[in-house]
Amino acid sequence: MSTQTDLLYSEEEEALRSAVRDLLTDHCDAAGVIARTESDAPHDRSLWKALADGMGLAGLLVPEAQGGQGASHREVAVVLEELGRAVAPVPYLTSAVVATEALLACEADDLLADLASARRIGALAVALNVAPGGAFKTVRLEDGTLHGELTGIADAAAADVLLVPAGDGGLYAVDADAVTITAQVSLDLTRPLATVTLDGASGRRIGAAEPAVRRALRAGAGLLASEQLGLAEWSLTETVRYLKERKQFNRPVGGFQALKHRLAQLWLEIVNLRAAARNAADALATGEDADVAVAVAQAYAAPVAVHAAEEAVQLHGGIGMTWEHPAHLYLKRSKADSIAYGTAGAHREAVAELVGLQAP
Amino acid sequence: MTDAADLRRRSTELLATYPPATTDRTDFLKARFDAGLAWVHYPQGLGGLGAPRSLQAVVDAELEAADAPDNDPRRIGIGLGMAAPTILKYGTEEQKQRYLRPLWVGEEVWCQLFSEPGAGSDLAALGTRAVREGDEWVVNGQKVWTSSAHLARWAILIARTDPDVPKHRGITYFICDMTDPGVEVRPLRQITGEAEFNEVFLTDVRIPDSRRLGEVGDGWRVAQTTLNNERVAIGGMRLPREGGMIGPVSTTWRERPELRTHDLHQRLLKLWVEAEVARLTGERLRQQLVAGQPGPEGAGMKLAFARLNQEISGLEVELLGQEGLLYEDWTMRRPELVDFTGRDAGYRYLRSKGNSIEGGTTEVLLNIVAERVLGLPSEPRTDKDVAWKDLAR
Repeated sequence: MSTQTDLLYSEEEEALRSAVRDLLTDHCDAAGVIARTESDAPHDRSLWKALADGMGLAGLLVPEAQGGQGASHREVAVVLEELGRAVAPVPYLTSAVVATEALLACEADDLLADLASARRIGALAVALNVAPGGAFKTVRLEDGTLHGELTGIADAAAADVLLVPAGDGGLYAVDADAVTITAQVSLDLTRPLATVTLDGASGRRIGAAEPAVRRALRAGAGLLASEQLGLAEWSLTETVRYLKERKQFNRPVGGFQALKHRLAQLWLEIVNLRAAARNAADALATGEDADVAVAVAQAYAAPVAVHAAEEAVQLHGGIGMTWEHPAHLYLKRSKADSIAYGTAGAHREAVAELVGLQAP
Repeated sequence: MTDAADLRRRSTELLATYPPATTDRTDFLKARFDAGLAWVHYPQGLGGLGAPRSLQAVVDAELEAADAPDNDPRRIGIGLGMAAPTILKYGTEEQKQRYLRPLWVGEEVWCQLFSEPGAGSDLAALGTRAVREGDEWVVNGQKVWTSSAHLARWAILIARTDPDVPKHRGITYFICDMTDPGVEVRPLRQITGEAEFNEVFLTDVRIPDSRRLGEVGDGWRVAQTTLNNERVAIGGMRLPREGGMIGPVSTTWRERPELRTHDLHQRLLKLWVEAEVARLTGERLRQQLVAGQPGPEGAGMKLAFARLNQEISGLEVELLGQEGLLYEDWTMRRPELVDFTGRDAGYRYLRSKGNSIEGGTTEVLLNIVAERVLGLPSEPRTDKDVAWKDLAR
C-alpha cells in the first residue's frame, strides 16, 4: 500500500483526454454508433485508424524499444474513460490493452510491434466473462495444429491475429485467416462477441498461457473501471442536462426532490468510482498493491456504471426506451461490462482472499 | 515573505526561548501564539504571520518533533473551527484582540448556539429573540444540540432581531457570555445513554452591543462562514486501509470464525469494498486540496461516511449474535470527547445514527449536491418573501 499513490490526473493526461475527446466529438456521434450496430461492419475502422495509428494510442503500454509509446496504464485509463463516454465501437480495450498485455508476458516482439503500431489488431481468445485467475477454455494441440471451438471472444471479428491458449499450456498466435470466426448476437453490439473455430489451424507458440492470460485479464479488469467511469459520467451528465430541460407539471422535472436525490446519489457513486479507477490504474502502472486495487475497483465499478445507465433510461422516461435515443447503448455496454473480466461478486471473492476475510 | 525555512527558524527560536520541558504548558502556547506560529495563515498579531495555510504543517512538524505541547484541538474544536474564522472575518479589531488568543490557547472554550427545537434543517427560521435596550440586547429562547455548552466560557449565537422581515434578513450574530445568570445549560441525553450535547435555555440574557459580530440583520451571512467551516472540519481526515468503522468488524471476522455466515460474508465484503473506495475518495480529495484544485467532491464525503458507519456498525451488531443483544453500559455520562469507533458495537451502531443528522442531514446535503454541483433547480420556495412572524410553525 504505497502512500505515494497518485489519484489525480497530470496536465499531460488532461491534454491527452482533450485530444481524444475532440476526435470522438468529431468522428463518433451517437446516431452513427447506433446505425453501425446493425450494419455489416460493427467496428469503426476509420475511427480506430485515427486513434490507434494517427494518435499512436495503440502502443501506450508498449516500451519504446519494442515499438510502442512507453506510456503507462494511467494514460490508457484516460483514453478508456473517453472511449467509454462515447461507447466507441473500437477494439481498444481488447487489442491495445488485453492482447498487448498478454504479448508483453510472451516472446513475440514482432507481434507486439504490430499491435503497438496498429498494423494489426489482436484479440485474446479467452471468453470475455473470465475473471483474472479464473479458469479459461483451451483448444487441443494435435499433430502440431490446433483444434477446438472458443465462444464469447470479444472483438474477434475485428482481429487480424488471435492469441489462443492450448491444452499443452502454451499460448499460440494464430492468424485470423486460419480460423473461422462466427459473430454471436451480442447484448452489447458495440463490443460484439464471436465464436472462434479452429479446425487444424497452425499457430506459433509464443509463451506460457497461464501467466500471460492472468496478466492480461488483470490489466483488462483494472482498466475496465475507467471505461465504466466514462460510461457512468455520460449517463449522469446527459440525464442531468435532459432533466433541466424537460418540463412536466409546469416545472423542469429536475427540480423534483425525488429525482434530485437520485441524481445526487449517482454523482456520489461516480466520485467514488473515479478514485477507485485512478487507484487501479496507478497501481497497475507501479505494480504496487495491484491485485487489491484491481479487485476493489471492479467490485465497485460495475454496479455503479449499471446503476447510472439504468437511471438514465428510467429518468429519460419514454424517450429513454427508444432505439433512437443512445441511452440503450450505455445500458447494454455497462451491463455487458458488469460481466466482463469477472463480475463484481467474483472480484469481491478475490478481495476476501487478498485481505484475509475468509468465507465461513 | 514567510517561507518554510523562515518558519523552521522561528520554530527553533521559540523552542530555544521556551523549552517545552521546563515551560508551563499554557505559557508555551501563549508564546507560540505571540510568535505567530499558532495558525500561520492568520494575520500578524493574531497568532499568525500571514503565511500560506499549507505551511502550518512545517511548524507543527518542528514542534511535534521537540515534544512541545499542543492546544488539544479536539477539546476546543468549535472555537478553532467555527468561532475563530468567523471572528477573524467579521470581528472588530477589539474583538479579535480579546477573543482569539485565549480561544487558541484553550483557556476559553467556545460553543455554538445555533440549532433550536423548531429550527433544525431550516435554521434560518430560528425564533430566539434579541431585543435592543440601549447599549444591550436582551435575549430569550432555547437552543439545542450544543456540544461543550457545560464547559464553555463563550458561545457564538444567532438570534432574531427583526421578526417583520423575511427570515434570512432578520437575524443578528452575537458572542454570548455563558456565565451570564440567564444562561441555563441542561444535559441532553441521547439514544446511546450518555449526554454529549446540551439544551441551553436563555432567559433575559443581556449581551452588550459590543459583542455583536457583523451588522444588525446580517447574521445569516455571518453564519455562513461558521457553517462552511463546519463542513470543512467534517470528513477531512486521512485514514489507512481499514482505518474507520470497518476495522473492528474485520478484526472480529478474522478472530472469530464461529460467527461467520454466508449472508454476513457477502454483506461484509460489499461494505469492505465501499469503505476502501470511500477512503480512496478521501485521499483523492486530500491530494486535490494539496495540489490547489479543490473540487466539489468534499460535499459527498460526509454523506458516504454517514451511510457506511451506519451500515457497518449495524452489520457488526448482527455478526455478534448473542453478544449483539447486550450493551456495554447505559449509565448517563458526560463524555468530554467523542470517539465514534471507541466502545462496543452497540454504541457504534447507535451513535452513528447521528452521523446522517449532525452537520446537515443527508437529505439536505443531497439537495445541496443536486443544486450546487449538478445545477438542478431548487424546490419552489414559499418562504422567501414572507415576514418571519407570518411563517407556518
